[in-house]
Amino acid sequence: MANRITDIGPPHYEQFFPPVIKKNYGKWKSHEIVQPGVIKYTSETGDVCYAVRVGSARLITTDLIREIAEIADKYCEGYCRWTTRNNVEFHVTDEATLRALLDDLKGRKFPGGSYKFPVGGTGASVTNIVHTQGWVHCHTPAIDASGVVKAVMDDLFDYFGSHKLPAQVRIALACCLNMCGAVHCSDIAILGIHRKPPLVEDERITGVCEIPLAVAACPLGAIKPATVEVGGEQKKTVRVNQDRCMFCGNCYTMCPAMPLADGEGDGIAILVGGKISNRVSAPKFSKLVIPYIPNEPPRWPTAVKTVRRILETYAANADKYERLGEWAERIGWERFFEKCDIPFTEKSIDDYRLAYTTYHTTTQFKWSVHTDNL
Amino acid sequence: MADVKKHNTPMVDELKGGSWPSFVDDIEQKGLKGKQECLDLLGQLELSYEHKETHWKHGGIVGVFGYGGGVIGRYSDVPEKFPSIAHFHTIRLNQPSSKFYNSDFLRKMCDMWDHRGSGMTNLHGSTGDIVLLGTKTDELEPIFYDCTHQLGADLGGSGSNLRTPSCCVGKARCEYSCLDTQDICNDLTQTYQDELHRPAFPYKFKFKVSGCPNDCVAAIARSDCAIIGTWKDDIRIDQAAVQAYIGGELKPNAGAHSDRDWGPFDIQKEVIDLCPTNCMWMEGKELKIDNRECTRCMHCINVMPAALRPGVETGATILVGAKAPILEGAQLATLAIPFIRMESPYDELKDFVEKVWDWWMEEGKNRERFGELIQRQSIQEFLRRTGLKPIPQMVKEPRSNPYVFWSADEVEGGWERDVKAFRARHAA
Repeated sequence: MANRITDIGPPHYEQFFPPVIKKNYGKWKSHEIVQPGVIKYTSETGDVCYAVRVGSARLITTDLIREIAEIADKYCEGYCRWTTRNNVEFHVTDEATLRALLDDLKGRKFPGGSYKFPVGGTGASVTNIVHTQGWVHCHTPAIDASGVVKAVMDDLFDYFGSHKLPAQVRIALACCLNMCGAVHCSDIAILGIHRKPPLVEDERITGVCEIPLAVAACPLGAIKPATVEVGGEQKKTVRVNQDRCMFCGNCYTMCPAMPLADGEGDGIAILVGGKISNRVSAPKFSKLVIPYIPNEPPRWPTAVKTVRRILETYAANADKYERLGEWAERIGWERFFEKCDIPFTEKSIDDYRLAYTTYHTTTQFKWSVHTDNL
Repeated sequence: MADVKKHNTPMVDELKGGSWPSFVDDIEQKGLKGKQECLDLLGQLELSYEHKETHWKHGGIVGVFGYGGGVIGRYSDVPEKFPSIAHFHTIRLNQPSSKFYNSDFLRKMCDMWDHRGSGMTNLHGSTGDIVLLGTKTDELEPIFYDCTHQLGADLGGSGSNLRTPSCCVGKARCEYSCLDTQDICNDLTQTYQDELHRPAFPYKFKFKVSGCPNDCVAAIARSDCAIIGTWKDDIRIDQAAVQAYIGGELKPNAGAHSDRDWGPFDIQKEVIDLCPTNCMWMEGKELKIDNRECTRCMHCINVMPAALRPGVETGATILVGAKAPILEGAQLATLAIPFIRMESPYDELKDFVEKVWDWWMEEGKNRERFGELIQRQSIQEFLRRTGLKPIPQMVKEPRSNPYVFWSADEVEGGWERDVKAFRARHAA
């Protein structure tokens, strides 16, 4: 413990600014995306800076980071940046270096053939999928994260490196309802869900949990304290009212003796139409359109196909600048389900808190496949 | 090197193909160079692909001396099969504002992590931290020592504390930024080191700072206190550049739609008609804006960044109480302060934040996010506790029910009445 120091906080950001960034801090005047993945910034001082954005798996090794450092040394005076969506950005100030950098990045591949540093993720594209840990490192997931993201991004790769969409499409993945990935406001959200109530380990629960905390953890009051006989001994435990369980997993978070993961029960829900930006329309939540897709490792074909179908239906129908949720609201949700060929089920009708605010209280609806046979 | 053991992982290996960067290939290459943890991790992932269930145990309390967060314990539930990842704890390192790095810092971090950990990382975690994945309990103190002494980096947040604040790229590279997002983020992080490292809150608390209402750091969706740049005066207009967009010399939306033919740029259709408040019009060759009616949504500026810029009287809008669904359902942040000047040392903001914390620490229940406390005790209580004045900007619309909680001191004569006197006027 000698010489131990604490509470120093993060390293100061300014030491990591490339010189052109430091010199033009607060002086940037405008920008232009000169090609997908390359943004040219112009300063009031006359300086320009090209930011080259590349995709990355969020889960990366120190060897890949060293390779990024090597690229930064070679072309960018030793500096680089990560974005909120796990892209890596390299900054250069002249076109010759830009071309050399882009050529270099294109040639770097993993032995299996995938690009190490694909350029894209700007403008009307699908940018990198923000995601969580999944089976790679988390204790509560219903699905894998990195694997599903890899499968989806392989399928949508062309949309990462191009500007073909009406607006940007943000896809995010969270491997359980805790939503460390904050998918609740994404254009397309891939969400891991459990569908079976927790198991209760009567013989272990008092050793690893505080029962009042487990009881209080349930937002629907479905957990009650109980006493049961185990091996001739009276043991304090809990019982779950299974009819009231909505499989949120919060009890497991508070109490390891209440696991709910299940290979057959768990899977993927798809939500769409969320956004964060205040642009044109207000930020909105993603809405549940597909309640369940089974886990299909290693490539999750149903989830991949579904995401592509929604994305391409949107791309073919929406107006320029219109986000997925804005398009769905403009045409009406009944039309969204029809156009995307998604069966509408009772699971898409809210029955949780404030559900009433989502019900239709007007005669203004559209005829769709759902009413054609009436 | 020769003794590294690669497991049979046919399903996981399938993810080496395709174009998108393969985490499997990256991890396997690292493993084959001698990091058994990497190969064991892929082996355990294969087992999860077979069982469709995770093989990480719940929890495990580990940490460094004097800190209550920043390290998350993780243990394999099949350690006999994959002994090198029996312990596989996570270290959260507080990232520098906006996540710029130099190669020297990155290499030092990699050397440290190869020496003391698995060589695997997340860059970055969803909250923003540098996440170092996979080490053993005995290594925690040495890692902390190396990080603080060699990297000049401290741990980030986990548990019921202030989580690592984060921000967008801000003035470093964006012409829209109305705030010095890096400085605000860094200042809050440094000011509240104790709250970051020693859990004293009912649950997590997140600050996020976005330079403009485009909100690239998603503050409005996921932070308990969202600090979002805005302006009070007029949008700056360069009329010559407006004409350059109309004439096709400049590409709309900075070239964001370059791979599809959307036809020639139409300022009426693409800007004026999409303005949510209809506060723009053309007068001859001049674009006019009724700025008093503008809600600063950013659309026109995004479409014509060379022609339009935010005003110069800048500050922040503060919104509070966003969260993902656990427990009471998802919430977006609610507008608390429409405009606050943001000059270092940000005393006015900190005064507000500390009032928020006082209320929440006094009244918040275990694992109740701040937004849930507002739901439970009301916006009115939030206003009383923080001394804010009610204004129409705080609501989408006024309430439609008349069930107001009047208090005794608001009603003439109070609540004490004489039932006999009442009955003298009204037979039962």
